[in-house]
Amino acid sequence: MTKSLNLNTVVQNLPDTLKQEVNTENGSLYVNSKYIFEICRELKNNNKFQFNYLKSISAVDYVEFFEVVYHLDSLITNTSLVLKSKLYGRDGNSINSVISVWKGADLQEREIWDLMGIFFEGHPNMKRILLWEGFKGHPLRKDFLK
Amino acid sequence: MSLNSELVTINFGPQHPSMHGVFRLRVTLDGETIVDLEPVFGYLHRGTEKLAEERTYVQIVTLTDRLDYVASMSNNLAYVSAVEKLCNIEVPKRASYIRVIVAELQRIASHLMATGFLLNDLGAFGTPLMYCFREREKILDLFEILCGARITLSYMRPGGIFQDTPQEFWDDLELFLESMPNQIDELESLITGNEIVLSRTRDVGILTPEQVIDASLSGPMLRASSVKWDLRKANPYEIYDEIDFDVPIGATGDTFDRYLIRIKEMRESLKIITQCINLIKPGPVRNEDVPLIIRAPEGEAYVGIEGPKGELGFYLVSDGGISPYRCKIRAPSFINLTLLKEMTAGGKIGDLIVNFGSIDIVLGEVDR
Repeated sequence: MTKSLNLNTVVQNLPDTLKQEVNTENGSLYVNSKYIFEICRELKNNNKFQFNYLKSISAVDYVEFFEVVYHLDSLITNTSLVLKSKLYGRDGNSINSVISVWKGADLQEREIWDLMGIFFEGHPNMKRILLWEGFKGHPLRKDFLK
Repeated sequence: MSLNSELVTINFGPQHPSMHGVFRLRVTLDGETIVDLEPVFGYLHRGTEKLAEERTYVQIVTLTDRLDYVASMSNNLAYVSAVEKLCNIEVPKRASYIRVIVAELQRIASHLMATGFLLNDLGAFGTPLMYCFREREKILDLFEILCGARITLSYMRPGGIFQDTPQEFWDDLELFLESMPNQIDELESLITGNEIVLSRTRDVGILTPEQVIDASLSGPMLRASSVKWDLRKANPYEIYDEIDFDVPIGATGDTFDRYLIRIKEMRESLKIITQCINLIKPGPVRNEDVPLIIRAPEGEAYVGIEGPKGELGFYLVSDGGISPYRCKIRAPSFINLTLLKEMTAGGKIGDLIVNFGSIDIVLGEVDR
């Protein structure tokens, strides 16, 4: 059975520079969006976590803010972790790409840019993937009236 | 004297018999060698995730049928599992067994399609594909007995399945289980030792274990590269923890291994179904407390299951309403395409088709 990692232990095992940038809430680890790359690198390479498998990246539009959700798995220890980051504002949202940590982020980050309009800094090929170039807007946002 | 050569960029698809649907590859070639490759897709994008935000939880089951349309049962299972986790719904034991039986039947059907089309892409035009289709037809007939549909099944509901199985289903399933091992043997006798198949697929498109884990590949793609990871074992759902089966892994991670893994998994699926038939007991198949219009509590749930193509996950976020606030689909075919360039660049254009066929994508799921 895949166990979800105890969040308090996760925070304790992080280096001091990152400790201040995270907090835990509702069973997930929230991180300041500026430090997403550093924390992902730490979660993958630190021997206490070994999160070597990025299951999925999702983005949710909560109107006041966007949430980028990383579902991480460790195929070595069979543990999982949900990492989240909030992005405030509706225009020009961006977050660092984690493609150099997990190559699996490649297509998923492009999909989020396409459908949710969150730009991933440092992604080598950040362009639309499902819709065509020139499409106006990002369809999964809550901008559209019912 | 040296010959002048020029790079040529060509389009494969979107209408092309070996593109498995509407998929386009922009390939840059130096003679016959692939220099660069870029997949272009989205031709079948229907906005399933957005549509789900406007449907009730039960209505969305029909949307999931149309994702991976050769494995609707698995999609149904992944989605209803996510709803059940979100709303804490209990599933009767009999329903769990039936779910596992149909999901494994669906896995066999999907792997048969993958094998048939891989052979089709190799140039064995028609014959092996028809052998595979003949067997798949029997599975579709079984599904027709269950729910009247053959492809878009919508058989599962949050809290169970749509209705109990008629006796006719069990009789036909018995016949199927008797004949299928021989049919797999027959298929293997045509393909596995075939010299042309071996020379076209051995050591083609090799992926190392590090590469596949790093790129989040899943399912047969992961296991062919000798990573022993199967969600049915790693994180058992339904009643898989009561069942005894093996997780076959490949040795080198080439195209041939990806083919062979699928054949071995079909045999394991037959084992699982046989055990389920012995364990299943009469009882209710649907949790009667679940209303037709489900109001999920505020919160979120992610559930991933081992679909035929890999980890199929649903991430549902609820704001307490009658439809999900957000429904994200982790589509295995989509993420399995990540390494397409690494598999093919530097190789010959003939191998591109074989590599691509061995990933086993379905465009309904890639484009959603």
